[in-house]
Amino acid sequence: MADPPVVRLTRVDVAFPEPSGAVFKAVSGASLEVAGSEFVAIVGPTGCGKSTLLNCAAGLLKPAAGTVDIFGTPLVGLNRHAGYLFQQDALMPWKTARDNIALALEVGGTPATEARDRAQVWLTRVGLKSFGDRYAHQLSGGQRKRVGLAQVLIRDPKILLMDEPFGPLDAQTRQIMGNLLLNLWAADKKAVMFVTHDLEEAIALADRVVIMSAGPEARIIGDHRIDLVRPRDATEVRLQPRFHELHKAIWGQLRAEVVKAYGGEIG
Amino acid sequence: MLIARWKLLVLQALVAIVALGTWHIGSAGTFGITFLPKFFFSAPLDVGNRIVKMFVDGTVKIATCSEPLDLSRILQTNDACFGKTVWQHLLITSIEGLLAFVIGSLAGVMMGFWFARKPLVAAVFDPYIKMFNALPRVVLAPIFMLWLGLGIWSKVALGFTLVFFIVFFNVYQGVREVSPVILANARMLGMSERQLFRHVYWPSALSWMFSSLHTSVGFAIIGAVVGEYLGSAAGLGYLIQQAEGTFDVTGVFAGMVILAAFVLFVDWLVTLVENRLLVWKPPAASQQV
Ligand SMILES: Nc1ncnc2c1ncn2[C@@H]1O[C@H](COP(=O)(O)OP(=O)(O)O)[C@@H](O)[C@H]1O
Ligand SMILES: [Mg+2]
Repeated sequence: MADPPVVRLTRVDVAFPEPSGAVFKAVSGASLEVAGSEFVAIVGPTGCGKSTLLNCAAGLLKPAAGTVDIFGTPLVGLNRHAGYLFQQDALMPWKTARDNIALALEVGGTPATEARDRAQVWLTRVGLKSFGDRYAHQLSGGQRKRVGLAQVLIRDPKILLMDEPFGPLDAQTRQIMGNLLLNLWAADKKAVMFVTHDLEEAIALADRVVIMSAGPEARIIGDHRIDLVRPRDATEVRLQPRFHELHKAIWGQLRAEVVKAYGGEIG
Repeated sequence: MLIARWKLLVLQALVAIVALGTWHIGSAGTFGITFLPKFFFSAPLDVGNRIVKMFVDGTVKIATCSEPLDLSRILQTNDACFGKTVWQHLLITSIEGLLAFVIGSLAGVMMGFWFARKPLVAAVFDPYIKMFNALPRVVLAPIFMLWLGLGIWSKVALGFTLVFFIVFFNVYQGVREVSPVILANARMLGMSERQLFRHVYWPSALSWMFSSLHTSVGFAIIGAVVGEYLGSAAGLGYLIQQAEGTFDVTGVFAGMVILAAFVLFVDWLVTLVENRLLVWKPPAASQQV
């Protein structure tokens, strides 16, 4: 018998109550499977429901209908196998970078000194060896994301959920972060759900790129296998002819949704 | 705008010199007219001399006392060694302020947490909390004296009613306004309710409380001084009230100067504590020059 997928979303509906009393059906009938050690990127126009879908996989949101299965078991409460790197800054501002990372271990009962030592190893791994004593506001946006990544990965989750993790960073830093992520992932292949609005980034990093339709009632409308060879360099891979073919094929589908999302405002 | 430190000090000193100079000239009648008669306005040198005298007298009284220094007697207003010395007044006001601050903060933190975590409790008590907070505290002073006597506890109670509400509102706000993203992140990291309390709610509430530390410490002292002023046998408020009772304007001004210096000193201590505890806070936008 084949292993069940690590994450399986089956015909998931998510509804939010609106101030008027009506319900806003953000996601409707979205289905997605992610296998172990598979890197799946989710792209879609802004506001379509990418974060919402990720929150369902994390157990932070309960779908109104449909099922979420993790390793073949229905998800109850929070997803204990998942690490979540949020779109917004989620570091505790009152703790240093090192303590933020160490805390992720201490929560699970690791003694403080051991947790701090291992946090230092992770600081080095994400290129912040000498920044351990800094507080969040003393770090740049990219450095904060690195700390966040270390905080999530130090717990060694089987599933990595990432919500536009490099969104607010400049183009160059994004590519550096992309390579960092690819290297960490190559060393320890986890199932990854990577949300982004940047199609190029999605193709450069992922094994599969799935497209979400414009909301409301968003669902998965496209699923593209990215057959670029690994190991990849997130910057250089963009120069390959195959990259351009894939980009052209997927963009054709995504463009239509982006136009829909803007309600024809951009013609 | 960045002003050189020495320049600022010179300018600040200049303000004091002009103010004191005007006061001096006005009260001494240097140019033939006395526009600040001494009976009503005293004079800066008199006030200075009085302050020095108070400290010298007090120190001499304690130093020449034959009996051994005894902590239990330091607070006794009729004690032969310490009674009514300026040191005793300062000590008593400090103790009252400190007790009001500590007890008021503890109660404020606990109530703030309780209300923030139990919306029903908050909703039920909301109008009453607002009602009590709207009450001018001075009107409570006579009642506290009736209940608790003329000793330090009626002053502590008055300070408490001021400190409690500041801390309470700040902690309540701090717990409720924890960033939902930080909270979601903490839960995804596997924190239990207790760990959330310790690592997220508590630091957030404390940071709000500390941001109002100057105000709450200031109010603790105000509560103590106002209480003493309205009825007591010791403290800086008593000192000023006694001087007023005999139209001793020099004594009133001397008491006010000592009180102001005391408050400045305490405020400086609070800044030290704050700088230690809130190192993680980004500097306020106005301070980023
Ligand atoms: N808590 C909420 N309450 C009401 N509407 C929400 C809430 N969260 C998200 N939405 C709506 O659901 C849709 C999808 O949101 P989201 O998943 O954040 O989109 P994105 O793809 O940009 O991550 C949006 O239209 C948004 O307005
Ligand atoms: Mg989003």
